[in-house]
This record gives sequence, structure tokens and C-alpha cells, in this order.
Amino acid sequence: MLQPGRDDLQLLQIRELTKGFPGVQALDHVDFTLQKGEIHGLLGENGAGKSTLIKVLTGVFRRDGGTIQLDGQDIAPQNPADALSLGIGTVYQEVNLLSNLSVAENLFIGRQPHLFGLVRTREMRRRASDLLAGYGLHIEVANPLGSFSVAVQQIVAIARAVDLSAKVLILDEPTASLDAQEVATLFGILNGLKQRGIGIVFVTHFLDQVYAVCDRVTILRNGRLVGSRPIVDLPRIELVSMMLGRELAAEALHREHRRAVAGEPLVAFRDYGKRRFLEPFNLEVRPGEAVGLAGLLGSGRTETAKLVFGIERADSGRAFIDGKQVRIASPRDAARLRFGFTPEDRKTEGIVAELSVRENIILALQARRGWLSPLPRRVQDEIADRFIKLLDIRTPDAEKPIGLLSGGNQQKALLARWLATEPRFLILDEPTRGIDVGAHAEIIRLIERLCEDGLALLVISSELEEIAAYSDRVIVLRDRRHVRELIGSDVSADGIMTTIAGH
Amino acid sequence: MIRRHLPVLITLAVFVVGYLICLAQFPSFASTRVIANLLTDNAFLGIVAVGMTFVILSGGIDLSVGSVIAFTGVFLAVGIEKYDINPYLAFVLILGIAALFGAGMGFLIHAFQIPAFIVTLAGMFLARGMCFVLTTDSIPINAPAYSQITDIAFMLPGGGRLTFIALVMLLTFAAGIVLAHFTRFGANVYALGGNRTSAELMGVPVGRTTVRIYMLSSFLAALAGIVFSFYTSAGYSLAATGVELDTIAAVVIGGTLLTGGYGTIIGTLVGVLIQGLIQTYITFEGTLSSWWTKIAIGALLFAFIVLQRGLSAASGRSSRA
Repeated sequence: MLQPGRDDLQLLQIRELTKGFPGVQALDHVDFTLQKGEIHGLLGENGAGKSTLIKVLTGVFRRDGGTIQLDGQDIAPQNPADALSLGIGTVYQEVNLLSNLSVAENLFIGRQPHLFGLVRTREMRRRASDLLAGYGLHIEVANPLGSFSVAVQQIVAIARAVDLSAKVLILDEPTASLDAQEVATLFGILNGLKQRGIGIVFVTHFLDQVYAVCDRVTILRNGRLVGSRPIVDLPRIELVSMMLGRELAAEALHREHRRAVAGEPLVAFRDYGKRRFLEPFNLEVRPGEAVGLAGLLGSGRTETAKLVFGIERADSGRAFIDGKQVRIASPRDAARLRFGFTPEDRKTEGIVAELSVRENIILALQARRGWLSPLPRRVQDEIADRFIKLLDIRTPDAEKPIGLLSGGNQQKALLARWLATEPRFLILDEPTRGIDVGAHAEIIRLIERLCEDGLALLVISSELEEIAAYSDRVIVLRDRRHVRELIGSDVSADGIMTTIAGH
Repeated sequence: MIRRHLPVLITLAVFVVGYLICLAQFPSFASTRVIANLLTDNAFLGIVAVGMTFVILSGGIDLSVGSVIAFTGVFLAVGIEKYDINPYLAFVLILGIAALFGAGMGFLIHAFQIPAFIVTLAGMFLARGMCFVLTTDSIPINAPAYSQITDIAFMLPGGGRLTFIALVMLLTFAAGIVLAHFTRFGANVYALGGNRTSAELMGVPVGRTTVRIYMLSSFLAALAGIVFSFYTSAGYSLAATGVELDTIAAVVIGGTLLTGGYGTIIGTLVGVLIQGLIQTYITFEGTLSSWWTKIAIGALLFAFIVLQRGLSAASGRSSRA
């Protein structure tokens, strides 16, 4: 009432939106307001609720409670096509168009100009060319979409969504696979759409891009609204702390003697990198040392692990073990060099839920031996029992399917899988993700014990307190680059956060 | 442009080379008689292959077509000879029955998300079983309408007869080309084969299109069955066994990707003609067993699948670079 003019500008109003899944409250009374002609950044780490919010908006999920108003009208999108007809268009990182059809067909499928039942192909192509010319794109629209770069495909997707009378355009990590030039082009287009009064929701992990293009940001964490602020009033350090939600409390975890581990590095990577994946980096890990990788989601943490373990093949730089140059072109190579890796997504990349704890533990060891020389059952039992005892894996017996164990115990069994191969270098990606608080401390103690036994460790975590607790050194990443290495007293949650924010 | 049509061009090159080899060995291959017979002998295969091309383009498969051809023959023989149904009425009836049958399969595939392989396999057994319910004998069809229709032919210079059934096949191909490349339905079929989920998100009527695709396939299988009954003048329960596989082979050799999304109707015509060419060559040769046709087709099929794999891998690399 105080500002009567402002209501006209409000395009999308979400109030008290709630959505739960079994065991998780994905969205908890979240408010979100989008104005006409605004680019609005939606930020948050994994599990913050960004994708749930978008999926409710686009009709993939039904909400449990709350209201969504578009132009003052209550809406309830039933499916993506419905959302689109209401005026909410979405462009995903993985472009959801048809790469086998021509660009023109992608733009006009279902609404091709036609005469007596026959598609007027020439007319359709002319219109498609005109449409894309409005976005500064001059391409042969008769060619299949798949023959163009991701950037072009994304512009086509945007053009299609806007042409289908979108009022709200949602861009879900559109820049993740684009280079700097392409990002600049995309931002030019977004600014053009903004002038036309379209409201844009922009999901990204790149803080530089947030500051380059957004007018306002809304930050979610653990399904709750943390805040919504104009970007000009929000210093980076504050934005990062809102995203990571740090509270200065659990200092008890601090590692007492942070040793500067001496000696020759066990593994060393020089100018190691891959184009469009990760900038070249240098990395050394010594025996008995834990090196932490910190950064926001998408900053290149997991990408580093994937390059080091050979899941992605590096196209520049060299790798050394004990000073000797080696080639790591596949996880097999890495395993032969006695590397171990527990992935971030335990459920899909780590455990085999139907197999027993024993079978999960011996998996990597057996794979290294080859399937032609199976481990005798007696040895299997012995290994399984030893690690169940050693890591305190809580299971009634080794034959229980691992899927029935709690997250923390699954994580320990995964760790056991690699420890059974007696690795020299172990990579842990988010070892404490999704496990209960008590188990966190256990995993951390385990990490410290492994270090004392002389293992070289590379640990990725979003939990700043934890990473500060067990790491001897921390490498901070931003925008797919290793930006800084923290050593000694700089290794603290505050130090890491300041470095992540940059500037 | 060239790259996109490469599979079809290769198919065409194989046909031309094959034809020249035949010609070098048997100069009579140049006669219109041999060419017209090539079309007539493969008319039913061509017609059913048009439907199969739509199915495979959409990412599906239809194993029931051979049985539908046999059922059509048996239905016509029993209907015309035993129950004195007017042949033309019988044609309309069987085309309608087949279309319903195909629509039913399409509905099951879409509504219950059952793989097309399973649904059409069940359809294959069902149609074959229905043949035996009607009769287990081979019933000759002696209706005058049959001899009238088979007598229709355009005389070509050089003694060839472009028969009615060859014309039906060529018309089916022409209609198929228009349907695939110049209608919204055609675009939807390609969309389905490209990526079903994306197609759905983009508002393609997935359910309706699926039903129509299988309806079209069964309808054309029945039309092929009618043509086949002209060709053999009989209905027999065990006829056309394995034709579904010959058809799939023709479609794949014609350059359509078995995973859907890429291919052309005209390529399928060439694929059918290549099969016919091999068969004719073996007939001319005289000493080879007719099973050599199968062996040659098997080898060709293998070569084409490897080729497609290679091409798609190569284009995947170039678009990523």
C-alpha cells in the first residue's frame, strides 16, 4: 500500500512454498518474488532447494503448500508443457531440445506453418531465421541442431521459450559448459530480454557471473530462505557466508598440531588440466598429509578429483609418482598405481546396494586381481571382518545388503573397499555428505588416523569447519581454477571463506 | 548436408555397384523385364518396410508385421472362398482390423510404458495364432477379382510389365515420403526417435503419435498382405514367417538408425531393392542355394550397422571439438 506502483512490476510471487520428500523437507516456507525486467540470481549449495523450487515452478513436482502467483493470478502448473503455456519457460544446462531435428523444426515443432496438412518448410525456415536474427544469431536453420555448439543450442532454446510467450524465463546453470566469449554473448541476450520486461531466474555457481548480470539474488540453504537482496548491497563475503551458512561454533574439532609435513611428495601434478573442464593446476601430496579442496559447488573440486583419478582424461600437464612420470588415463590406471577414490554421490556411483557388505568391501580388490582369480571365500570373510571391526561399521553381519545400512556406515564400507586394496593415495569426495552428525566426527577421526598411518589423502568437502579440522593444507578453488593454497595458521574456516569470496 | 545424407548415399552406391556387377555377369539385367520383376517380387516387402521405417524412426520396433501379413492372407482366403465375401469388402475389413490391432499395440506401448519389442512380440504370436484358428490349410483364392487385378499392368518398352502391385508399392513409398518429411506427424515421429523426454517437454503429442505410428505399420502390413495374396493367390498360416526381420534389415540397410531419429523413406526403398537384387542374382546364377540371400543380407546388415556406429561416433567427436 505504501508503494502502490510496485505491485505492477511484480511478475511472479511465491509465498510460503513447501515441498517435502520422505525424510527431507526440500522446501520449507520459501518466499520468492520476481519483478518484470529483472535478472534474479537463485543461489545455494547442494540440497539448498533450488532445483526443487524450479521443479515446482515448472510443474515437475506438485507443491505441498503455499501459493504461486503469476501476474496476480494463482497458478498450479501440472507439467512442463502446462507451465510453458502459462508463460514460464525453462532452459536447462543439458539443452532439452532435439538434436536430430533441424534448428527450424526445434523452434516450431507442433506449430509449423502449414497448408492443406503439409508443412510449409520454406516459410518455417524463413521465420526461424528471422527469429534467431533478433538474437544476433545468423545460422543455417535447416541444419540439425546437434551440429551446433552448446552455446548456440542454448540460444535456440531461449529463443523458443521466449517465442512461446514466456513471461518468466528460468535458466538452470546455462553457463556451466560455455567459454567466456559465449557467456558474454548469452549475457548480452539476457540483458536484451530484460529490456523487454521478461523476468529471468538465473541459477548459477559462478559468483563473478552473479555480480556481472544479476539485479537481485535470493539465497536458499537446506530448504529455507536465507535472504533476498539487491546485488549492489551485498558484499561477496556476505553472499558466501549466506550460502554456506557458517556458524562459529565447532572449534573443538580443530587439529591440534598442524604439521608442515616434510619429505618428498608421493604424487605430484604439474600444469595438469583439461580444456573446458578445469584450468591447469599444480598439486602435491606427501605421505601422511591430508590436503583439502574447498570451494563452492561447481568450482572445480570434484573436477580435480576426476582428473587425478583418471575418470576424465587430462589434456595438458604431467603426473608424477615418487618423482617418476606416470600416465593416468583411466580409473584402472589409477587403481594400478594404488590410488583410491570414494565418489561424492554414494548412492549411484559408490555402493552396490543389493550386494552384501562383504561383497562391497572386496569389490575394488577383486577388480584389481581380475575376475579370473577370485579371492577365496575365507580371505573375503577375513578382510570384511577386519574392516568391520577396524572402522566400526555397524552391521549385524557382513552378509547384510549394504543398502540397508545407514549413510555413515555405507560411507565407512566404501572407505574399507579402498583401504582393502592398501592404497597409497586416497581421494575422498564429500566423505561426510548425508550422514548423521555423530558419524561426522567418526569419519574425521578416521581420516586423521589414516594420515598417521602414512597415507596421502586428498579430501573434498563443503563443510568448512571439517575441512579446516583435518587438513594440513587447503587448496581453494573458484570458477574452475585453483586460486590459492592455505597453509599453517591460514587453514581456518574463516580463512577459507574469505578466499572463496575473493576480492 | 553431405554428411547428413551419407548413409543413404552409401546405400545407393551399394545398390549401383551391385547392379553393375550383376549387369557385367548377366547382360539381361538391363532389360525392363528384370527391373519390373524386381519391383513386383518385392512389392509386399517394400510396402511393409515403409511402415517399419516410421516405427524405427520413432525409436520403436514392430515384430508383428510378418504375422499380420499371414493373417491377412488367411482372412482373405477364408472370407472370400468360404463365406463368399466380396473381395473388395474383405480388403476394407482387413485393413480396418489391422489398423485397430496396430492402434491397440501402440496404446499398450504408450499407456503402460512397455517396450515395443515385448508388445509387438505378443502381437506377433497373437496374429499368427489367429491364422491357425481360422484354418491350418493353405487355401487357394480363385475369385475372378483376383485375376482381374493381377492382369492390370503397364507394358514397358522391352517387354517388362509394371504390375499393379508394383505400382501400389511405389505409391506407398511416395505417400510415405510426403508423410515423413512434409507433415507435422512426420516431424513428431523424428522427434520421438530423437529424445522422447525432450519431445514430451516440447509439447509433442507423444501418446497420439505412438498410437498412429503402430496403426500405420499394421495397416501397411495388411496392405502388404493383400498384395502378397495377389502374388501367391492363396492364404496360408505359415506364410511370411521371418518377414519382420527381412523388413528390419531393409530399413537398416536403407540407412535408418536402429535407435531412431535418423533415416529416410527413400533409403528404405533402396534397401528393399538391394535385397531383391541379391535374390535375383542368386536366381540367375542358378547353382547357389537360395539361403545365400540370407547370408549376403546378414553380411550387408552387419557392415551397415558398423558403418552407422562409426559415423555417429565420428559426428559425436566433431560436434564436441
